[in-house]
Amino acid sequence: MMKNNETIYLKNRPKIIGSYSIVGPKEGKGNFGEYFDYVMKDDCFNEETYEKAERKMIETAIVGAIDKSRINPKDINMLIAGDLLNQIISSSYAARVFDFPYLGVYGACSTMAESMAVGAVMVDGQYFKNVVCCTASHFSTAERQYRFPLELGNQRPPAAQWTVTGAGSCVLSLSGEGPEISMVTFGKVIDYDIKDVNNMGAAMAPAAMDTMLNHFKNTKTSPDDYDLIVTGDLGKLGSEILIDLMEDKGIKLGINYGDCGQMYFTRSQNMMCGGSGCGCSATVFNSFIMKKLNEKKYKKVLFMPTGALLSTTATQQGDSIPGVCHAIVIESVKS
Amino acid sequence: MNREQRNLAYNKYVSAKIPKTKAWPSLFNSFWVGGLICCIGQGINDLILLFFPSISEQSAWAYTLVVLIFLASFLTGLGVYDKIGKFAGGGSIVPITGFSNSISSPAVEFKNEGIIYGMCVKMFTIAGPVIVAGIVSSVIVGFIYWIFLI
Repeated sequence: MMKNNETIYLKNRPKIIGSYSIVGPKEGKGNFGEYFDYVMKDDCFNEETYEKAERKMIETAIVGAIDKSRINPKDINMLIAGDLLNQIISSSYAARVFDFPYLGVYGACSTMAESMAVGAVMVDGQYFKNVVCCTASHFSTAERQYRFPLELGNQRPPAAQWTVTGAGSCVLSLSGEGPEISMVTFGKVIDYDIKDVNNMGAAMAPAAMDTMLNHFKNTKTSPDDYDLIVTGDLGKLGSEILIDLMEDKGIKLGINYGDCGQMYFTRSQNMMCGGSGCGCSATVFNSFIMKKLNEKKYKKVLFMPTGALLSTTATQQGDSIPGVCHAIVIESVKS
Repeated sequence: MNREQRNLAYNKYVSAKIPKTKAWPSLFNSFWVGGLICCIGQGINDLILLFFPSISEQSAWAYTLVVLIFLASFLTGLGVYDKIGKFAGGGSIVPITGFSNSISSPAVEFKNEGIIYGMCVKMFTIAGPVIVAGIVSSVIVGFIYWIFLI
């Protein structure tokens, strides 16, 4: 393992040997609908509360990923998971079903990259053989925690984003077959003093810029070296801001740049600035991007979900919204 | 450029870039939906007076409010009122039906956290400020009234 400031080169190149995604009905009708492994018929998933539904989604995603990786559940050494709820209850409560050691991580909407980065480093160091990473978010639970009750008749501002109901999970291992994680760049917490909770894209874009600049500098690569550069949930507004910010720094993001949140829903679904939440990047990565990597349509992908590390308490006390972004490079195996 | 200047410049840039709410279409929708709710209220009032001529006009107003509050809560429970609100904005928030919705929607949401600590406590999370403002202003008005009586 070589280290260059924020960037780590993974010498043993952990492989993603299985991935699974599960989404809600609205997300299933979105642009990535046909790629998801399972689309729920309703948001409740046959549970009493939305929180329990989110928990069940995580359990389903973990079981699905292990199933698709074709390894014995007994060989899983570690589960790394996170979600948006206070005290990450969905992940921790889901983890009690499984017989693995568990690490709970929180990086807001960047949790998928955070869990994968930590998992990849563990696997690369050969401390653990097989690690499962999982992330989920649910529109109804996030809305209740961060905003207003669901049935309240209020209007959403045009910069608002829709928290994706979905869970994504993947299995990292040194043996087996699948796309390889070659580099990881850990992000710093960046705060440009944005206070508008309805404009998360603008709050997170500077963090994405910082991580992206560090990544390109440390690895001596440019946007053209990647088949796809994808951010998590900056949304329509946030990704436009990121393109502007990068242009100011002299790097042009071209046609190979995209944002999961912006691409998630169709225009007719009228989702303002797009999708958000940790399920957004997790489900897109574990369905669409993984499929394209396995088919070798994409050879090198820079996956960098962003997270807005806010809490309602902090914003109500007048604090701004800090952002964080972790970058992972995934390469399809040469054949 | 130091940190404060950078943040200021960025905030300025973002506020120029952020999409604005289209004022006129949303004002128009608020206006006619709000007006419609008021007309429905007046209609209910007239019907009450028509069917129960013995009721005084003031009690008829009270019954009208009860009916409107019930209707809004009922529609909230059915999951319709948030759709009206999404369309009409202020038009469905300002009439008493909006107040009813702001109390019944947290009640629906937090029901699963128990009757007392969930529903009863959370019921006023949104309507609370309105009630506080009402009480405070009536205290002030009462005080002014008392001064003039002296």
